[in-house]
Amino acid sequence: MSLLKVEGLSKFYDRETKVLKDVNFEVKAGEFLSIIGPSGAGKSTLLRCMNRLVEINEGKVIFNGLDVGAMKKKELRKLRTNIGMIFQHYNLVPRLTVIENVLHGRFGYKSTIQGVLGRFTEPEKEQAFFLLEKLGISEHAYKRCDQLSGGQQQRVGICRALIQEPELILCDEPIASLDPNSSKVIMDYLKSISTEMGITCIVNLHQVEVAKEYASRIVGLKQGEIVFDGPSKLLYGEQIQNIYGMESRELITV
Amino acid sequence: MNAKQMRKNKWQTTIFFILIIIVTYLSTAITKFNFIDSIATIPAAFSWIFSNLLITEESLEKLPQILEKLGETIFMSIAATTLAAVVSLFLAIMGSKTTKVNQTFSVIARFIASFSRNIPVVAWSLILLISFGQNSITGFLALFVATVGFLTRAFIESVDEANQSSVEALTATGATYFHMISKAVIPQSLPQMLSWILFMIETNIRSATLVGILTGTGIGYMFDLYYKNMNYNLVALITFTIIIAVIAIELISNRIRRVIL
Ligand SMILES: Nc1ncnc2c1ncn2[C@@H]1O[C@H](COP(=O)(O)OP(=O)(O)OP(=O)(O)O)[C@@H](O)[C@H]1O
Ligand SMILES: [Mg+2]
Repeated sequence: MSLLKVEGLSKFYDRETKVLKDVNFEVKAGEFLSIIGPSGAGKSTLLRCMNRLVEINEGKVIFNGLDVGAMKKKELRKLRTNIGMIFQHYNLVPRLTVIENVLHGRFGYKSTIQGVLGRFTEPEKEQAFFLLEKLGISEHAYKRCDQLSGGQQQRVGICRALIQEPELILCDEPIASLDPNSSKVIMDYLKSISTEMGITCIVNLHQVEVAKEYASRIVGLKQGEIVFDGPSKLLYGEQIQNIYGMESRELITV
Repeated sequence: MNAKQMRKNKWQTTIFFILIIIVTYLSTAITKFNFIDSIATIPAAFSWIFSNLLITEESLEKLPQILEKLGETIFMSIAATTLAAVVSLFLAIMGSKTTKVNQTFSVIARFIASFSRNIPVVAWSLILLISFGQNSITGFLALFVATVGFLTRAFIESVDEANQSSVEALTATGATYFHMISKAVIPQSLPQMLSWILFMIETNIRSATLVGILTGTGIGYMFDLYYKNMNYNLVALITFTIIIAVIAIELISNRIRRVIL
């Protein structure tokens, strides 16, 4: 059975323009999927429909057999606990320490009181340090996040997602603000998350080359419609041109 | 900026000055305010100040009493400000577009804020005097209400500025509304909020003196009492202690600000 199923999904922020038009695809557990497409194609919107950070207008998103669009508050919370998210701008709380930010990933499991008082169990703290160790930033655990480099902050973001013990991780352009070296580090970590831990990853990317190198499957989005869906090795120059449009040939090579 | 625009600006400035002169002239004529005469009284006023507003040894005997009243006033200002800060925090979270629960509460919160802000603290004292009479509750409430108005407005801005992105991230982890407020919004806006609270404490200590004159409490009451008895030596001493207190509070809060920001 597939982990995630998107059926006839449409989304509009205002009545005139549909940002997503009848999107259909399935994601199997353990897959490393990349969504590519030009700016404004609707990649971020598509990702945010999956954990309902934006409301679904038409069609369905089915996660683990459950209809995401129909979920009540409590179920939705449970769903989000099961889905980690990584952002282009890391989205950490800048004034708090690294370890505090990582532990934020446990809020889905906490009652309001426990969370507000910051009550975390010993195993949770140990797990947080274990993850920081794994991503090579344990020496920064007590530093404020705004003192870290971009690549380090993104690794904190990954720790925050992993401590949720999710089945699926959504990454919205995780390397768009990073230099090539840090980008490679982050992509390697994401790849190992999917192969070692068996967590399904959906990664929005700008760089086609990166997508081809890391993802097993690629979905190409153009003006809210899927124009390519297949194994990454089958994505050739012609399809790339189709996704990005003729005029942006230079964009592909960079 | 090109030459034509510059010439235009020059003209505008000239016209502006001419207008001011005309308005000034008209208003003095209407109110029969005599400029030359009033300037002529300045030396006399100063010599009166220097010969009468003197701190004498005799007046220093009253110092303990004055300090007690001053302390009362300072603590009242601090209490009114901190209590107002708690209420404002609540209103600001309701009112801010990032954290509002629904549109109705948001509008109500903003309305309360602008309503209490746009009535000056002196007016609040006078209004509250009618219902509460001359006692320290009136002064306290007047400061409290005016402070709620100001702080809510300032806090709404701090909350709006707190970056939206970490709120989104916490929502995505399955955090509840209160998790998000307490762990993403407040940590980011707290330094700014504390800075505003300190500013309001300073302001309120100044206004509390004035409010005290109206409500008959604290250092303002003493000032009023000796002023009406024409005991100018004590008036001078009181004024002096107020100035010292205000400067001291300002220095302290500047130091605190440097630590938290
Ligand atoms: N909150 C919003 N309100 C209104 N319109 C929005 C909102 N978010 C996105 N849009 C619009 O939806 C369209 C798709 O945006 P989206 O962010 O999903 O694209 P994207 O593929 O992620 O682009 P990018 O590569 O630049 O991140 C854009 O035209 C954008 O203007
Ligand atoms: Mg995007």
